[in-house]
Amino acid sequence: MLLVEDLRVEIDGKEILQHIDMEIQPGEVHVLFGPNGSGKTSLLMTLMGYPQYKVTYGRIEYKGVDITNMPVNERAQMGMGVMYQRPPTIHGLKTRHMVNICSGNGGNEEELAQLVNMQDFLDRDLNAGFSGGELKRSEILQLMAQAPDLVLLDEPESGVDLENILLVGEAINRLLEREIHRENSITICQSKEQRSRSGLIITHTGFILDYVTADIGQVLYKGHMSCKSNPREVLRCIDKFGYGECVRCVI
Amino acid sequence: MRDLGDKAKKAEKKRAAIGSDIDLAQFFDPAPREYLEDPESLDQETRDRLLISGVDVTQQGRSGTYIQMDGSVVHSCTRQEGVEVISIRDALKKYDWVKEYFWNAVQVDADKYTAQAELKLQDGYFIRSLPGAKTVDPVQACLYIDTDGSAQNVHNIIIAEEGSELHIITGCATSPHLRRGLHVGISEFYIKKGASLTFTMIHNWAEDMFVRPRSASIVGEGGLFLSNYISMTPVKSLQMYPATTLAGEGAVARYYSILVGSPGSVLDVGGRVRLAARNTRAEIVARSISNGGTIINRGHLIGEVEGIKAHLECKGLILNGGIIHAVPELEGRVDNVEMSHEAAVGKIAEEAILYLMSRGLSEDDATSTIVRGFLNVEMEGLPAVLQKEVDRAIKASEETMM
Repeated sequence: MLLVEDLRVEIDGKEILQHIDMEIQPGEVHVLFGPNGSGKTSLLMTLMGYPQYKVTYGRIEYKGVDITNMPVNERAQMGMGVMYQRPPTIHGLKTRHMVNICSGNGGNEEELAQLVNMQDFLDRDLNAGFSGGELKRSEILQLMAQAPDLVLLDEPESGVDLENILLVGEAINRLLEREIHRENSITICQSKEQRSRSGLIITHTGFILDYVTADIGQVLYKGHMSCKSNPREVLRCIDKFGYGECVRCVI
Repeated sequence: MRDLGDKAKKAEKKRAAIGSDIDLAQFFDPAPREYLEDPESLDQETRDRLLISGVDVTQQGRSGTYIQMDGSVVHSCTRQEGVEVISIRDALKKYDWVKEYFWNAVQVDADKYTAQAELKLQDGYFIRSLPGAKTVDPVQACLYIDTDGSAQNVHNIIIAEEGSELHIITGCATSPHLRRGLHVGISEFYIKKGASLTFTMIHNWAEDMFVRPRSASIVGEGGLFLSNYISMTPVKSLQMYPATTLAGEGAVARYYSILVGSPGSVLDVGGRVRLAARNTRAEIVARSISNGGTIINRGHLIGEVEGIKAHLECKGLILNGGIIHAVPELEGRVDNVEMSHEAAVGKIAEEAILYLMSRGLSEDDATSTIVRGFLNVEMEGLPAVLQKEVDRAIKASEETMM
């Protein structure tokens, strides 16, 4: 699905990511841990093609296509989507209209909004005065409409109160085809094998793992990647020793 | 009436308080035009120009029509009971009392433009809703300029009698070949006790047009005046500063304007509302986009009695050079007034464009979606048919703007 090879990235002439390698298979969900300022969001924005992030070396391949220099909207059209941590407010643009833009004129705004309890927000200006949890639900609503094959989630649990976290977690599971439900036609095991959506979740607390299942964990520290293993194990290490242990790795 | 003439004569050379000074002598009086029994006999080109200003010659869904070409009324009619649409000259002849309203809200000697409108009056419309009459369909009025280099001097009076409801859409436009001209328009609005008036004005001028509207309104007890103004096409120089007096308890005035300043255009648009009675409310909302032109947005709210509430909102977007100058003024003159303003001038946030692009829109589509949102002012209380005309006007000028 996604292949990142020896990626180096600069912003305003300053190198912020070094030698990043990453491979996400179809159906896989990766979690990227790292303290604030380690370059997690920069990596996500680079993957999505934000122009202020300059790739100086290496390449990004998505669905077998080199997208290193592809504009943001073309990446979106190829099936990449971002759940933003702090999405901008757009005055005068109704949430309903935005959902419709995401779905390419799908016309099923009401139905989707119901899934994340956002019906009352459809006729409000996009993200205007939304609370933390409402912003996340708005983002998930847009992504459900966009239906990307690779979802990049930037700190999905940040700013969400306890009441909302369960709903947000479940909605993310749905988005990543990770809800557990039984169908008569196929076994749960078969349905797991049929998953095609991939995800890359970045988090510095790891709380989201209580609600969303993930396959592979990695740590990004000062622009370097390390510690690729089971996400729970990575989290336990960080819990025990903090990101301080990463200093030793990077050196 | 002779008294008015004398006063006007004295103000003939009086410069306006704001706006560049115009040499009125460079514009001539246009030749008279023939009256048309059927406005559908107008050529297609003219009809199209009228339509983008909200005036439909088929008159479907309209309760009355007034069309003036240059200095002459070419058609006027009333199609529903309870509303009257005639030319101001006819009104002055027909009703003795009209002169009580003529130069009452606007002073004839305010400046050289008001003076010219008196001394060289051509015509104008008189629209009145009768007491208690509630018309759903709007009256449409158009002031059209066809003769290059000419001056149009009009005087309009609008009266919403007690308890009535009146909707008006008025378009000012120039013929496609016209480049240069002058429009001086006096408008006096009288909204009586318990009446409501929505007035939607769409301007489509030409690149070398000079425009000096002079309007004022008086709103009585429990009355509502909703004024929407749209000017998105090039104009050389436009300056207007309508004044409203909320004279009766609980009267409400709302002004919404959407302006686009193209290269070479100067738009100086504002408004003053005097809240002169208890529990009156006023709101001025302006959205301006500069595309290389100059826009001056003025707004002045004056709270004269206790218990009033007023808000001014003025937002500007500089898209492609130019100047936006916001001048919001609040003036509270007694205790217990509630007045506020919000003004902002800026650009489209790059972050917002990229956000929409990451949902699959191209850069151009993302930009126009944001601009459309910026212009999407919710004109509270505007009937659907007028909202449609407003949307059409915005859409029509969007293509030239982007």
